Amino acid sequence: MTQPYETVIGLEIHAQLTTNTKIFCGCSTEFGKTPNSQTCPVCLGLPGALPVLNRQVVEFAIKTGLATNCQIAPRSIFARKNYFYPDLPKGYQISQFELPVCEHGWQDIELEGGESKRIGITRIHMEEDAGKLIHGDTPEALGTSLVDLNRACTPLLEIVSEPDMRSADEAISYLKKIHQIVVYLGVCNGNLEEGSFRCDANVSVRPYGQAELGTRAELKNINSFRFIKEAIEHEVERQIDLIESGGKVVQETRLFDSNTGMTRSMRGKEEAHDYRYFPDPDLVPLVIDDSWIDAVRSSLPELPDAKRKRFIEKLGLPEYDAEVLASDRLLANYFDACVTHAKEAKACANWIMGEVLRKLKETDTLIGEVPISPVMLAELLDRIADNTISGKIGKTVFEKMWQTGRGADELIESEGLKQVTDTGAIETLVDEVIAANPDQVAEYLGGKDKLIGFFVGKVMQASQGKANPGMVNQLLIKRLKGN
Amino acid sequence: MTIYDLTLAELRTKLDNRELSAVEVAEAYRARIAATDQDVNAYITVCDESAMAEAKLADQALAAGEIAPLTGLPIAAKDIFNTAGLKTTCASRILENYIAPYDATVIARIKEQKAVITGKLNMDEFAMGSSNENSAFGATRNPWNLNHVPGGSSGGSAACVASRQAAAALGTDTGGSIRQPASHCGVVGLKPTYGRVSRYGVIAYASSLDQVGPITRDVRDSALLLQAIAGHDPADSTSIDTPVPDYQATLTQELTGLKVGLPAEYFIDGLDEDVRRAVEQAVATYKELGAEIVEVSLPHTSYAVACYYLIATAEASSNLARYDGVRYGVRTDQAENLIDMYMQSRAAGFGAEVKRRIMLGTYALSSGYYDAYYLKAQKVRTMIRQDFLDAFAKVDVLLTPVAPTPAFTIGEKTNDPLQMYLSDIYTIPVNLAGTCAMSLPCGFSAAGLPIGLQLIGKPFEEATILRTAHAFEQATEWHKRKPEF
Repeated sequence: MTQPYETVIGLEIHAQLTTNTKIFCGCSTEFGKTPNSQTCPVCLGLPGALPVLNRQVVEFAIKTGLATNCQIAPRSIFARKNYFYPDLPKGYQISQFELPVCEHGWQDIELEGGESKRIGITRIHMEEDAGKLIHGDTPEALGTSLVDLNRACTPLLEIVSEPDMRSADEAISYLKKIHQIVVYLGVCNGNLEEGSFRCDANVSVRPYGQAELGTRAELKNINSFRFIKEAIEHEVERQIDLIESGGKVVQETRLFDSNTGMTRSMRGKEEAHDYRYFPDPDLVPLVIDDSWIDAVRSSLPELPDAKRKRFIEKLGLPEYDAEVLASDRLLANYFDACVTHAKEAKACANWIMGEVLRKLKETDTLIGEVPISPVMLAELLDRIADNTISGKIGKTVFEKMWQTGRGADELIESEGLKQVTDTGAIETLVDEVIAANPDQVAEYLGGKDKLIGFFVGKVMQASQGKANPGMVNQLLIKRLKGN
Repeated sequence: MTIYDLTLAELRTKLDNRELSAVEVAEAYRARIAATDQDVNAYITVCDESAMAEAKLADQALAAGEIAPLTGLPIAAKDIFNTAGLKTTCASRILENYIAPYDATVIARIKEQKAVITGKLNMDEFAMGSSNENSAFGATRNPWNLNHVPGGSSGGSAACVASRQAAAALGTDTGGSIRQPASHCGVVGLKPTYGRVSRYGVIAYASSLDQVGPITRDVRDSALLLQAIAGHDPADSTSIDTPVPDYQATLTQELTGLKVGLPAEYFIDGLDEDVRRAVEQAVATYKELGAEIVEVSLPHTSYAVACYYLIATAEASSNLARYDGVRYGVRTDQAENLIDMYMQSRAAGFGAEVKRRIMLGTYALSSGYYDAYYLKAQKVRTMIRQDFLDAFAKVDVLLTPVAPTPAFTIGEKTNDPLQMYLSDIYTIPVNLAGTCAMSLPCGFSAAGLPIGLQLIGKPFEEATILRTAHAFEQATEWHKRKPEF
């Protein structure tokens, strides 16, 4: 039986921005400080305090908008979203409603089988975060709650997609793209666990062919890519089961419980707030002129998709290599810098994806802290390419470079690792090996050609790895066949 | 002459000449407040100790020759301004014990000049009212007749200056809250252009309308105090970064050729005959001073009060949401749950008029009503502003009454909010238009109550209304009268 229902998903992503200070005051945004130590009259909502917009937040919003093909509004408005909650000090959240800073964008995602699909981005707006409630859990403190306003007024971008996704996989693919972009731009640290990057999913189903959308449920509280997939899949199943058994989906907010993998109702539409949005009279309309947009545009880094394309088309990398190297901005920068100084792009890719990434993982180091600079790695690769050392010795040199921070040439010289290319010296070793292994020589001559590897290994061993393997091979065959 | 009868300018001269010390001035005011305030009830908090300490510091500065225009001058502030270390109540139970941890920008500015802050003044709760009867700490009385209201919401400020309990005061004006009480108390009140003075640290009633201004004994003092508080403040995004002119420099310029507009819609039925006569007399004075009188029209005037009570209450409903009992202010200890805590705390903390306006504003912003009320009001506001801009294409200043009647008696309008709202009919349009205006004494009613004249200026042309007012003051004696008190 074919699946008669189509899944429709739209995502609302909240990205906490990496500005040093809050969106409407000068308090620090640093995570994990003593409760309420990073507050002032503005973010505490004291009587008489007024917000002043942090321009860096606007810059980050423009960056994100440009990176996701949005139009940047020449004039946008901050609005108050009114509701009461103890973590919301003013009794309203300053957000954007009718005129957000970015609109009408899109992001392409790759589907399985190499096709790509365009996901619409309805809008991106700036807003302030709320504080945090800490509920008493000791017997004496039970029933009491404490308020920490350190997070209050930290800047968020809300990125709202069109309901363009048709499966949990598409949603994840889109989410990962946006995640990669905001991290690439440096506007968000992308940490899902700390809640720096959060996502609400609007999920509905409808019979295939039906034009209008089904009633949607909003899934909240999902803090990992895996859970988002689980939550969506569970919700789709729940809605289909409900409809199949004659029920109706109601518009509501549902919480995902990662322990059970289920969603449960949090509040229905009838309990939905009337937020009484209206323009915040404390903030003037935000005017963004073309020169500001141009300045931000010129500061944009090359984005992952463009980078991947360049790696494939200009540098001739395989798709897989391009994907891995482009996935992280610093890694890609490392690769790019290495390529500029080395002879072969593919060798750079191999070494970075192999040795460098392995070493990073082993030593729990970040790409920004690698003791071997891209120029140094390029030098090493060139020594391999020009046969000064073999690939195998190269790995030894790499290891020593990592430990000492010294250059390849210097190490090759001081450790005497230079490849032996003196024919006479290699011939001596070849003769010794042949003389020492008469049985194998007999077998080889009897037609067991594969034994050449055995002889090469022996000679290389005798040369302590320094003999040029190509020459060894040549000379061995010459001698053996000549016998 | 008694010390407390001196104007700011006169005190300045005497302090600079060492005829008086700041401590002597502060002591004179302390005694005056102690002798009179039980009748007037202008102060919520009297700053005995801190005022004396500030006066000593001012004397040290004077001795060292570090003299700013306000050094040593006794100034009181409406209890809407945050003053570090002092109670800041906004005349509300909900903030009854609230001690501000920081200074409003205007307070910081006058402190920087080493002015002496004599205390915090009574007002209508959260600046909502036209009579000062909406104070949680008792109504202020009009020094000209204690059975009458001083006007509001800066009624404490106007009564304080009129009764010589401070040399000058700071007030706020959202729909007439400086000008109407100044008019009722026979003093000079100026509402600057929206954006001219910082609102940072001023407890918000209606953010798009609120503006800080001086209440003084005469026009020169008004210029002096405005000079000290005006100017851009990076902490207030709505304050305008435009140069502040030297107001004293142009104060005495002649009025020859000045075009004074009389808006036809302001001289209508319901205008008290004494007020009409006094204002017409003022028009005659201006003619004598060489001004050209031009009749103009502000056609959308009749919509102003309705428009104001939608916009101001909408903003207030949101501005006052922070008084939730969570972080400061009144919190009930009876609540069963969170919603209960909100409802009981706010029910106990807010007075009736504040509750009425929160409800009005909440309604105006509600889904389904927003377009018909809030949005429509914003459109009307634009038209009202345009009325003024059109009129100012023809004239330099507008001349109108401040209030339709002199001060009414205490209790007269408390049960009729609509009548109360209409007492601001001539002042509200100025706030909606965002421009500047002032009230100055122009006569007395048959019953001996002061009557004020309103001069409305073009945006950021406070200098023009100040010199227009100053010429009138020079030609008349009204400002020299003081309540027998």
